[in-house]
Amino acid sequence: MADAPPQPILQFDRVTVRFDGADVLTDLSFAAFEGESRVILGASGSGKTVLLKTALGLIRPDSGKVYAFGKDITIMSERELFDIRSRMGMLFQESALFDSLTIEENVAYPLENIKSIQCPKDQVLPRVKEALEFVELGATLEKFPSELSGGMRRRAAIARAVVTGPPLVLYDSPTAGLDPITAHTIITLVIKERDISQTTAMIVTHRYQDGNLVANFRYNSKQGTLEPARNGERQGARTTFMVLKEGRLVFEGDQDRLELSKDAYVRKFVKPRV
Amino acid sequence: MVASEFGVPPNLLDLLKEPVLAVQDFLVLTGRALKNIFLSPHYTDDIFLQMDGIGVGSLQIVALTGTFSGAVMALQMARALASYGQVGKTGTLVSLTLVRELGPVLTALMVAGRNASGIASELGSMKVTEQIDAMRALGTDPVQKLVTPRVIATAVMLPLLVIIADFVGLAGGWLIADFFLSIPSKQYWSSAWRALDWSDVAQGLLKPLVFALVISLIGCYYGLRTTGGTQGVGRSTTQAVVMATVLIFIFDLMITKIWVS
Ligand SMILES: Nc1ncnc2c1ncn2[C@@H]1O[C@H](COP(=O)(O)OP(=O)(O)O)[C@@H](O)[C@H]1O
Ligand SMILES: [Mg+2]
Repeated sequence: MADAPPQPILQFDRVTVRFDGADVLTDLSFAAFEGESRVILGASGSGKTVLLKTALGLIRPDSGKVYAFGKDITIMSERELFDIRSRMGMLFQESALFDSLTIEENVAYPLENIKSIQCPKDQVLPRVKEALEFVELGATLEKFPSELSGGMRRRAAIARAVVTGPPLVLYDSPTAGLDPITAHTIITLVIKERDISQTTAMIVTHRYQDGNLVANFRYNSKQGTLEPARNGERQGARTTFMVLKEGRLVFEGDQDRLELSKDAYVRKFVKPRV
Repeated sequence: MVASEFGVPPNLLDLLKEPVLAVQDFLVLTGRALKNIFLSPHYTDDIFLQMDGIGVGSLQIVALTGTFSGAVMALQMARALASYGQVGKTGTLVSLTLVRELGPVLTALMVAGRNASGIASELGSMKVTEQIDAMRALGTDPVQKLVTPRVIATAVMLPLLVIIADFVGLAGGWLIADFFLSIPSKQYWSSAWRALDWSDVAQGLLKPLVFALVISLIGCYYGLRTTGGTQGVGRSTTQAVVMATVLIFIFDLMITKIWVS
């Protein structure tokens, strides 16, 4: 019994998604396990966002199955999906903060609206503050998203995604469109969240250095910075790379195999390690 | 394949497919929005917020168009009635045209211009910035949170706006009657009042109720199906206003036809 293989936390089984007659994801299969980090690389338009939205049940596949936490979410009603989604955090590409709500109200939104969370009213504000402290945005509670910079919006959106403490967090291009310094801050937050809350993370990016940081660094909570993690010390916390090309999974494996790949498309995403 | 079995050229079926699917989507949205009125959670704050925007926000423009259309009707009707020597009946005709037709239709067109576009662009921007997806990801049904409050708010406010438009329209007609047509005020008001029976009032209030559903649901429908960034938002907004306007005229004709027969 003890040898029973661990159950994947998220699994795609021959998933195909079609829009207007064209395949956007084609026959996609993979399984992500608890504690794992997955870095998803791919050209723009290759279906990375669609993949994450399908994992959340926001898009229903035309064929194939998606299992989240062991349950088939492709046959669930929208109401049943709310329960599954409450265990996943999602950072949307352009943050997707509600622009009619303040930052505080945005971060409080999942606590107040997800039924299965059942956060007591007097716990909402402390948890919102804690989440905003976590992303170092403690002083912006009353501001509206439009009053913040792109990097700050991204951080507020991370706070909103993780305020409920979901075991699986999906990040859609967390560093896209940011300057290198802000991008580093954001990826540090992603790794901080992963290491402090021990979450499984799926990270879409087109920056190889993001993937490299996710794979080889860990968060040092004493110094508040990233430090290299020798492989042995991140046992059970492996990082898998996935490369998407026009909706197909053209590579899946660890960083060493990725860097050895001969595929011209895959090679375009790989840069020498920093 | 199916097409050739029935002897219909396939490209004709393809042409029909999109509008048929669109109508189907629209009816599904309508069904869900109306069903949600009876389901929790109720977003009462959102309903009041929308009532304020749709009702109070449209008050000025509705009062303005009401007054002017009443005044214009009084001038036109008096001229037409003059050839029969019946200028004294101006109040009757102004009141009938206003309550049965002009009040509901003009008010609905004004509100369509302001709010079908407003709703479509707001929901459209939320759609293209993934806020609608975020809502679903965070445990909210966008139809319940966004569509139903707008439908309720419009359905409550539009009939009220029409009542106001009818009254200010009558007052506009009265100003003309009093200053230019030398019809005594008392005669104008009593003929205007006597002209109406309950069926007119019922028709005059049923129409705005139907128009309210058209305006809010069309605005939401085009908003929620927006794709293609900010350009798409502009497109949805225009389409919503055009479609709402056309549908208002079609439903007006249908209701009037049913009422008359
Ligand atoms: N809602 C939609 N309707 C139609 N096509 C879509 C939709 N969402 C995505 N697509 C298409 O799917 C493809 C993949 O998109 P996406 O997953 O957003 O790419 P990316 O890898 O850049 O995130 C694109 O060609 C896009 O045009
Ligand atoms: Mg994307």
